[in-house]
Amino acid sequence: METVLILGATSDIAIAIVKKFASKKYNIQLAARNPAQLEPIKSDIKIRYGVECDAFAFDALQFSTHALFFETLKPIPNVTITVFGVMDEEDKAFDSWQLTQRMIDTNYTGAVSILNIAAKHYNEQKKGAIIGVSSVAGDRGRASKLIYGSSKAAFNAYLSGLRNKYFKSGIHVMTVKPGFVYTRMTEDLNLPKLLTSTPDEVAEIIYAGFSKKKNIIYVKWFWRYIMLIIKMIPEFQFKKMKL
Amino acid sequence: MKKQIANWGNYPAIEADEASFVFDDQLNNLIRKGESFIARGNGRCYGDASLSERTISTLKYDKILSFDKENGIFECQSGITLDQVLTVIVPAGWFLPVTPGTKFITIGGGLASDVHGKNHHVDGSISNHVIEMDVVLASDEVITCSPDNCPDLFEATLGGMGLTGVISRVKIRLKKIETSMIRQKQVKAANLQELIGLFEAYKDYTYSVAWIDCLKKGTHFGRSILMLGEHATVDDLAGVQKNDPLKLPKNKQITFPFNLPSWVLNKFSVKAFNFLYYTKNFKKEINNIVSYEPFFYPLDAILHWNRMYGKAGFVQYQFVLPLDAGQGLIEILERIADEGLGSFLAVLKVFGKQESIISFPKEGYTLALDFPVRKGLLTFLDELDRLVLKYHGRLYMSKDARMKPEMLVAGYPELEKFKAIIKKYNPEGKIRSVQSDRLLLTSCS
Repeated sequence: METVLILGATSDIAIAIVKKFASKKYNIQLAARNPAQLEPIKSDIKIRYGVECDAFAFDALQFSTHALFFETLKPIPNVTITVFGVMDEEDKAFDSWQLTQRMIDTNYTGAVSILNIAAKHYNEQKKGAIIGVSSVAGDRGRASKLIYGSSKAAFNAYLSGLRNKYFKSGIHVMTVKPGFVYTRMTEDLNLPKLLTSTPDEVAEIIYAGFSKKKNIIYVKWFWRYIMLIIKMIPEFQFKKMKL
Repeated sequence: MKKQIANWGNYPAIEADEASFVFDDQLNNLIRKGESFIARGNGRCYGDASLSERTISTLKYDKILSFDKENGIFECQSGITLDQVLTVIVPAGWFLPVTPGTKFITIGGGLASDVHGKNHHVDGSISNHVIEMDVVLASDEVITCSPDNCPDLFEATLGGMGLTGVISRVKIRLKKIETSMIRQKQVKAANLQELIGLFEAYKDYTYSVAWIDCLKKGTHFGRSILMLGEHATVDDLAGVQKNDPLKLPKNKQITFPFNLPSWVLNKFSVKAFNFLYYTKNFKKEINNIVSYEPFFYPLDAILHWNRMYGKAGFVQYQFVLPLDAGQGLIEILERIADEGLGSFLAVLKVFGKQESIISFPKEGYTLALDFPVRKGLLTFLDELDRLVLKYHGRLYMSKDARMKPEMLVAGYPELEKFKAIIKKYNPEGKIRSVQSDRLLLTSCS
């Protein structure tokens, strides 16, 4: 049986992804800052799906711990999925270097740190899969998502570079770009119903994309075209717009 | 962000904030926020019991914590639905000890309503099968209660409509089954007298419930179908079924696509429906083996069936009368037939004995009916209330959207005790619902 590692396992999207892979009989490794919190998820996955499930401590910001964390996993997972990320209010983050740095370090530096390690392992074994859950916000820099968007843009560039670097080694690297998602973080927002997915839909689409070895997937598919239009607006025009 | 929410009857609908939680500390943070609230599960109570300007949704708090397959002990968080529980326990040879007529309720909601099923006369309500539970109080303190530990909190929480605190963790005892099938018997009764005789004659059946055509008058007044069932044993099964006796039923659901305009349901269309439903059973008696789904959850096959009653919604009226009040049953049914206010579902069941502070079931006949919300309905229901009181009956709070506080006082002799326990654990009335305010359980006025 194959094993999936989920980094940032406490979010609604992560829990949905875990359930999807467990329902397909993957063993699960959950990782989050506070593993004690993961106990109910662990028992739930084991009982519902009859697969193995373990919980580990992982802090995206503690870069120096990442190598030991990954190398001591038993077994080394066949699939590594990063779901962790921080999205602070942009105005607050802009006013505070501490918040800005935390956002960049979590969304970009932390992800690069752990995925470098995973990718090297997979390269040695000539197999393995990496799924990075990023965001449509990384497709073009906008005032309303200044720091978050740029951290995700960097992450997108990293994932596409990684895909290129290890293509010949047979490592599958998939970039996931969700648009609006109904989660605990967004329940106070008035999201447009037609454009918004549920965490379960995100998980379905991720699993389908993973099975078909896709490179870049949008959730849902039409976000690809929405973002295409947004990317096509000339910069002299774009800079005047409020998006 | 406020959005419009309503429970299953679509009446009443209110503007509310809804916040959810996945982890214990998130629930504590929501409770500590200060404003008053009520916990809400899957919104399958019918009226306003889980409505409040601020609701805390338990739906994401749905993890299974342990399952002892040897002894049938199941421990979970309160937001899991019975539907999800069944998919885990049935293949392992266990069943819910008590289930209401829908599997789309949460365990927490089921305990807060102290739900009953077709086996009440044998197994009692769900509260009989709870080993222990955690309740998070308005002060955010967590108390583990059981029949021996904080029994006052335990008793008042079962059937207490969420007013003592938020039920968070639940441990229940399951029922052993050999197969996922039910050995069913359906018997037709030409009138109410005959039906009551049949209930008596078949009282040893674990599951029993009757569907009544309440628009029929004269000699066929109260014509009905009595549905009885037992969990089938492996020996009851034949052929292929024997190879996989604990198989889960296939999902065959259809969705009721839109709100039906209110004129569609009238005296004539409901009469026609009831006629078809009654005559589809040609024989006096039918015996067969069916999956547990159609037996326990016939209406769950149609998602959003509540849309049948239109945008204005409906009120479900469920009361219980003591066993010696057969006359009262007749009087109320006659009154409903006269009014012709149209009810698809009139469900009759016999309750066994039950002692509790605030739970609905007590020994007697319980009848549940749906009434589409129309002009004059509320006045009519007030009239029915008077009849229910005349025969010493009471109403079910989980179905209720409109009763007056006097009706609750008259029906529940232990109400003062219940109120005192609420005061003890929820002293400032921080946990409150539209219903609890209406029934003066949490408001001082």
